[in-house]
Amino acid sequence: MSNDVNDGRRRLLTTVTTGVGLAGATALAVPLVASMKPSARALAAGAPVEVDIEDLAPGQMKVVEWRGKPVWILRRDKAMLADLEKVVSELSDPDSAVAEQQPVYAQNATRSIRPDVLVVLGVCTHLGCAPTKNFETGAPSGLGDDWVGGFFCPCHGSKFDLSGRVFKNVPAPTNLVVPPHSYVADNRILIGVDEGSAA
Amino acid sequence: MSLINWIDDRFPLTKVWNEHLAQYYAPKNFNFWYYFGGLAVVVLVLQIVTGIILTMHYKPDSTLAFASVEYIMRDVPAGWFVRYLHGVGASMFFVVVYMHMFRGLMYGSYRNPRELIWILGMVIYVALMAEAFFGYLLPWGNMSYWGAQVIISLFGALPVIGEPLAEWIRGDFVVSDATLNRFFAFHVILLPLLLSLLVYLHIVALHKVGSNNPDGVEIKKNKDKDGNPVDGIPFHPYYTVKDTFGIAVFMTIFLAIVFFVPELGGWFLEKDNFAPADILQTPPDIVPLWYLTPYYSILRAVTFEWLPGGAKVWGVIAMGAAIVMFFFLPWLDRAKVRSIRYRGWMFKTALTIFVVTFVMLGFLGTKNPDHIDLFFFKNVIWAQIGLVLYFAFFFLMPIYTKLDRTKPEPDRVG
Repeated sequence: MSNDVNDGRRRLLTTVTTGVGLAGATALAVPLVASMKPSARALAAGAPVEVDIEDLAPGQMKVVEWRGKPVWILRRDKAMLADLEKVVSELSDPDSAVAEQQPVYAQNATRSIRPDVLVVLGVCTHLGCAPTKNFETGAPSGLGDDWVGGFFCPCHGSKFDLSGRVFKNVPAPTNLVVPPHSYVADNRILIGVDEGSAA
Repeated sequence: MSLINWIDDRFPLTKVWNEHLAQYYAPKNFNFWYYFGGLAVVVLVLQIVTGIILTMHYKPDSTLAFASVEYIMRDVPAGWFVRYLHGVGASMFFVVVYMHMFRGLMYGSYRNPRELIWILGMVIYVALMAEAFFGYLLPWGNMSYWGAQVIISLFGALPVIGEPLAEWIRGDFVVSDATLNRFFAFHVILLPLLLSLLVYLHIVALHKVGSNNPDGVEIKKNKDKDGNPVDGIPFHPYYTVKDTFGIAVFMTIFLAIVFFVPELGGWFLEKDNFAPADILQTPPDIVPLWYLTPYYSILRAVTFEWLPGGAKVWGVIAMGAAIVMFFFLPWLDRAKVRSIRYRGWMFKTALTIFVVTFVMLGFLGTKNPDHIDLFFFKNVIWAQIGLVLYFAFFFLMPIYTKLDRTKPEPDRVG
């Protein structure tokens, strides 16, 4: 055996071996990491939900589940709709300027297709808690004498008005999300399908 | 002793025994505060043993989990005892770890040459918080569910990668069966393995440099003719016996809680967790358990909308930074002495304010931010004051530890 060591070849082989080892480890990591992503079953479980609001009286709210999230359907009475104007100066985004928070057909003063019927995700835009309805007005609501009714998130104290618009100086950064929805009949809402889409 | 010799030729049994117990010299002046490291190991073992038993009866499935926990409580022989040991054990783990950390702060145990012990300890602390968080989802109670929902959403607050990351952690668009199943895997495999490894490394690092002591004086400076520190005593039998006494007292308190007040009035187990997870109904007051509430308070204290990117992401950053600050402690402290015994009034005041602030933030984290539970101001204002004091302790540390008038350290421990 000769003592002539080819240092260059040895270094090259070491580098190549290390490189192949690292590439192999990375290639192995990809499917392992990917296996933690939402499964095909989770992806498929997003079917639209049809809701009948025939029985929903003005001032009442019902909660339905869509894609594992609570969807609020609130039928606002005349007083509630009038109150929407009163709080505009206290809101962070009164004109629904943040486009991702609602479809274009809900980017209006009432954030809804039908002025009286609000459809929003009951998921706080701060950290995903479910805010509670707080329709009582004034001091008894526990939210101050000038409270005109809305939603309050008990987790971190975010407040939303009756259109799901966020108040200033609370942790939630944006208005509540209006999910895609449409009317299949006068009092039947399809949640998950956009207004005017072919479905 | 031919068996020992036979083993010693093949495995360093006597060598390890001597190096880490019989001839490991620890300072002779350990006090009350030196019980907690050993106690943390005891609780770790207890958690692993009770955890293994719980795993035999628990079902990590969102439709079965809640009922399987009730089954453990009612039908499994001594199941209630094992489960309460595990649940109370989680809180007691943090009691012990917080005392252990406070000891380090008082006596400067994080100072050169013990920086790596401190950092490994902090990694253990973070891993322990993760372990507790994953474990809290498993009973699939309503607080389990919403607690997980909120904490995972924290990752969603990060710019760009946030939402995909949160989805990757949950394995779904909301916390669901997929999330429960993987949290079970993390709780019973990943984190226990990691914690065991980290505790091992923590002790290896400690035994390399030797223990600090209440005087903060290096005992290795004074050695006898055999090379052993004159102010040191062998860990075994001296401290093994002392620790056994401490364990007896600790277990008396621990078991009194398990037998008489296992929920400790909602502090160790929240009442909302006796109802199954309801995806449509957040509990009225959603709070993590007490050991995480100081950081939760800091998260909620950031309500300043004018910050670039909004308050939400900065709340998350502040919460992360609050934990990260501890890692830098060895380099923030510029004092000439280690122990609080030889420090001046500045450090003593700073540490007192810090401890009071930490407890206050912990308390506020369990309360509604808009209520008034202390004096004059709403809770959120107190939390904001607490946030400033919390970070001031760290950021001003290089200044006040340098200016502080210290007393000279003695040559030998007292």
